Amino acid sequence: MPESSSNSTSVLTALKQAWPAVLVLILLALVPTISQVIDNPFIIRLFTRVVIFAIVAVALNFVLGFGALVSMMHAGLFGIGAYVVAIFAFHEYDSSPLWLIPGTANLAVTIPLAIIVTAFAAALTGAVSLRTSGAYFIMITLAFNQMLYYFFVALQKYGGDDGLQILASLEFAGVNISRRVTFYYIALCVLAVTLVLFSRLINSRFGVILQATAQNERRVIALGISPLRYKLAAFVISGAVTGLAGALWATGQQFVSPSDLSWIRSADFVVMAVLGGMARVWGPVLGAVVIVLLEALLPNYTQFWQLPFGVIVILIVVYLQGGLADLFGRARQPGGGGH
Amino acid sequence: MSVSLFIEQLLNGVQFGVMLFLISAGLTLVFGIMNLINLAHGSLYMMGAFLAAAFVKITGNYLAALALALALTALIGYVMEKLVLQRFYHRSHLDQVLVTFGLILVFNDIVRLIWGVVPVQFRLPEPFSGSVQLIADVQYPTFRLVILAVGLLVALGLYVIVVHTRIGMWIRAGASNRPMASALGVDVGLVFSAVFAAGSALAGLAGLMAGSISSVQVGMGEPVLILALVVTVIGGIGSIRGAFIAALLIGVVDTFGRVLLPPALGSMVIFMLMAIILAWRPKGLFPVNA
Repeated sequence: MPESSSNSTSVLTALKQAWPAVLVLILLALVPTISQVIDNPFIIRLFTRVVIFAIVAVALNFVLGFGALVSMMHAGLFGIGAYVVAIFAFHEYDSSPLWLIPGTANLAVTIPLAIIVTAFAAALTGAVSLRTSGAYFIMITLAFNQMLYYFFVALQKYGGDDGLQILASLEFAGVNISRRVTFYYIALCVLAVTLVLFSRLINSRFGVILQATAQNERRVIALGISPLRYKLAAFVISGAVTGLAGALWATGQQFVSPSDLSWIRSADFVVMAVLGGMARVWGPVLGAVVIVLLEALLPNYTQFWQLPFGVIVILIVVYLQGGLADLFGRARQPGGGGH
Repeated sequence: MSVSLFIEQLLNGVQFGVMLFLISAGLTLVFGIMNLINLAHGSLYMMGAFLAAAFVKITGNYLAALALALALTALIGYVMEKLVLQRFYHRSHLDQVLVTFGLILVFNDIVRLIWGVVPVQFRLPEPFSGSVQLIADVQYPTFRLVILAVGLLVALGLYVIVVHTRIGMWIRAGASNRPMASALGVDVGLVFSAVFAAGSALAGLAGLMAGSISSVQVGMGEPVLILALVVTVIGGIGSIRGAFIAALLIGVVDTFGRVLLPPALGSMVIFMLMAIILAWRPKGLFPVNA
């Protein structure tokens, strides 16, 4: 991603385009203060969820909105990242080795490991699913999501269906990060870095080829470029960031379970990206805020909250083509979408 | 593995495969003709099971209950197509996935509203509740045999209709080239409505049969739907023959995988099979538009 133009002007133009994202990040940064003022610690927990899911939605949108690849397995990748942290912590607490590797509760080790393992899983599944396109890709990623789900359900040693409680005390290279507010700000920083990473990526040569492939794959091939490599690279990067979010999720919850990998959650991530707006890197953050808040608030009114939620999803698809991000002015170009 | 266990598992596998075929048949034709991904197909499977259980309770007559349940499931499918899905034929696959995902959530909560969250029991009547001596020392539950037989019969009937009748020819014509078929005078919209309703009834039939083996509960259609997608993808989208072979393959491999392999591997084996087949033939075993 070579950016040769003077840095200060490019930062300024970037700010001009991304001011809604900056605004949202600032508002999110105020959450702990608000929670303190109105003395409601639940809000921080809720918004930690918002921020972590937003990271996934942004990562997913890199392949969904800019690559037109409708991945229905991001919950699976998310779960892999989460389970890596949880399983190593389990072996630390148990003081039993994982095959030959000793367990550890040091996140400075397990978070990079979670990213690597998830990226590897994304590379393997991507190599198969990206050979197909359109509807086949959706169905295959959905199947892979289910495969990962069953895999963790079958791991009786790590709790199977019931999930795995993290009993070892997690730390980051000796620093305790489990305080709610500290952890919230760490997650928020990761979200900010993720947004910067992906906005730089989509404006790089790599990102332009990815978007060109989404719009017209044949032309890209005619230019002498093999799209598969770019799509695979994009899928792996997206997966790696999703794995990182999963690792944060496990750290924040101190608990992982196969339900974190449920295909419904994969669909939720897609809904977040679509609702927020796929044409912009930061659009899915808005979607994550709205969806997580809806899922948290609706059950207060009715036990049957999935009914209105489902209707809302249908209405979003029917009426809200550009997503919430369009409220801040239209994007330069409409997002992708697999056809 | 002893011979008797082998036979028992083989029967289980074929029976599971036949059931998967009943669900996949509708899914693959709907996709083949209208290019529509319908995730809510699993909800029809669930509705079939719940409706059958409810009608048995009301009428006390199994045959009447089954007929009512299937007719009503077909009607639900028909209404769903006319009311919602019809608007999505020309939208992107992404929109189709999202809207049918929304429908799944709606169906699940409607079922919860009507029948509650506790699984409903649904058993086939007395003469089928025993077991049969197949050969030597192989005992097999009668109702599983009944399900196997019904499934095979329906699959055979479907095959004859799709491959050897005029209506079937229209369906296949619609699946392989819709504009061409309609230019030649086939009312594709009408054929499709019929296919959608029939596919819904088949999903409902599979659901009520599965419900009589295990239990009838909310969300029962979702894991099955994903397996049906695997079947559809392996068989080649739009191919009824492909769906049948792939369904049997998945049914048998899944059943033996769970018996022979360690659980973590056994539950993944069909998805790996899918990956291998797709790496070899990305459009499935029997691509329709090849």
